[in-house]
Amino acid sequence: MYSQKVIDHFKNPHNQGSIADADAIGQEGNPVCGDIMKIYLKINNNIIEDIKFETLGCAAAIAVSSALTDIAKGKTLDEALLLTKDAIVEDLGGLPAPKIHCSMLGVEALHSAIKQYQTNHK
Amino acid sequence: MSFKYFDHSATTPLDERVIAAMSPYFSDIFGNASSIHSFGQKAAVAVDEARLNIANFFDCLPTEVIFTSGATEANNLAIKGLAQGLKIRGIEKPHFITSAVEHDAVIEPMNILERDGLIELTVLDVDSNGIVNISELKNAIKDNTVLVSIMYVNSEVGAAQPIKEIGELIKNINADRQNLWLKKSSGIRGEKPVKIYFHTDATQAVNFFDCNTSNLNIDLLSFSAHKIYGPKGIGALIVKSGVPIVALIHGGHHERNLRSGTLNVSGIVGMSAALNIIKEEQTSNNQKIAEVRDYLVDNVLKNISGVKLTTNTDQATPAHAHFLFSGAEGEAILMALDLEADIAVSTGSACASNTLGASKVLLAMGYKQEETHGAIRFSLGKKNTKEDIDELMKYLPSIIDKFRKMAPDLKAFEGKSFEVHNG
Repeated sequence: MYSQKVIDHFKNPHNQGSIADADAIGQEGNPVCGDIMKIYLKINNNIIEDIKFETLGCAAAIAVSSALTDIAKGKTLDEALLLTKDAIVEDLGGLPAPKIHCSMLGVEALHSAIKQYQTNHK
Repeated sequence: MSFKYFDHSATTPLDERVIAAMSPYFSDIFGNASSIHSFGQKAAVAVDEARLNIANFFDCLPTEVIFTSGATEANNLAIKGLAQGLKIRGIEKPHFITSAVEHDAVIEPMNILERDGLIELTVLDVDSNGIVNISELKNAIKDNTVLVSIMYVNSEVGAAQPIKEIGELIKNINADRQNLWLKKSSGIRGEKPVKIYFHTDATQAVNFFDCNTSNLNIDLLSFSAHKIYGPKGIGALIVKSGVPIVALIHGGHHERNLRSGTLNVSGIVGMSAALNIIKEEQTSNNQKIAEVRDYLVDNVLKNISGVKLTTNTDQATPAHAHFLFSGAEGEAILMALDLEADIAVSTGSACASNTLGASKVLLAMGYKQEETHGAIRFSLGKKNTKEDIDELMKYLPSIIDKFRKMAPDLKAFEGKSFEVHNG
């Protein structure tokens, strides 16, 4: 059902936790399945220096959070805004069809954190 | 060696005595039970013996046992087969009644018949324990009601419906209708009134409860072998004589023309053997399983905070314990138990269903959608011991704790409606 990479991320998620002095926070919830994701960003010179996640959700949602934070770390804000759900799904070696929305949720949380930061720093 | 399988509502391992009973019927006695030669007749004898034995278990006639591929097919045959049969008899748009907590194998055929304009449908609500209210059922019955289909045991929380009371209610209403009709003079009374038939999906009940169709006034009963330590791919519908059902599968004239298809001889023999074991061991197994289940419930409630037991153990099978863990998601809990400890449980979490919909059983019982997120079902079996629960408890509290720590502070989300994503 899940790829080995999904299982690895699920068993040992990367970048899990919160950032007390985060520069931006994004949170998204899905009313259909009940999953909730929260992304914390530490930003320096428009680069994501640190990123952490908190997630209430299924194995796929946790794996997506972990993979997404790995990918986004070190990217510029503009690069991170170009991240798509397909990139996350591909990085994870695929997701079962009903679980694709989990990756959507992660991307949305990241994007909403970045947009919030950009609005505040205009 | 502990047996860390707590998902017996999904399926059960074959009892070794069932395997032994089945083993001659794969290559030794392999004949087609419909064949006239002695290869076939040996198989036919085995089927006849099994049929008689199964009929005795359910207290019906051997001719009232219709073998199917399982309970899903039996439910479809009962519901669609009756709707078709009524139509052939010229009964237009009969009224069927079912409950909000039925298996999809009942509710989907019902919905399809309603959608196609073939029946009028009433779906009864349940109380917070998942139980149908008898007086609500009584009130729902109309002059054109022909079928009441209420499951014996709900697979998710294990709630046992008041099957005896429902059977009695329907029997009395049928008798009243009949008497009223008899009192009218023959010139004006017209056709005999149509009976109300009582169908129950007993798939999850056969292990634990009385399934005597005569005592319980059941007209149609579905079950399958693989939930009772028998093989997969075989089940039956008990159809009491006089119930006007017609076949859904045609072309072989098997099973009194009600279900075509070469008989699954080894499966039928195995199902019969599984029922024999239940007959002998039901009382002692029920007691033993209940002890282990109660031990599980005590341990979970004692060692984990923020958990609700949704199974009312006074009105349920001895095997079920269904919990809602707040702040952790069911599918993640299931996966972690599987990956970390080879422990098998089940979840009604939306995340684990292909539709991503919350469990309709839990919603019908009045739980909020967010509460159903952390649903975990334990369904125990006759081989489980307290040691298996001890093994489970080495992992479960820390797994729940891990996911709760991983989750964001939910207070920020309370009462907040989220944007809907269509990803």
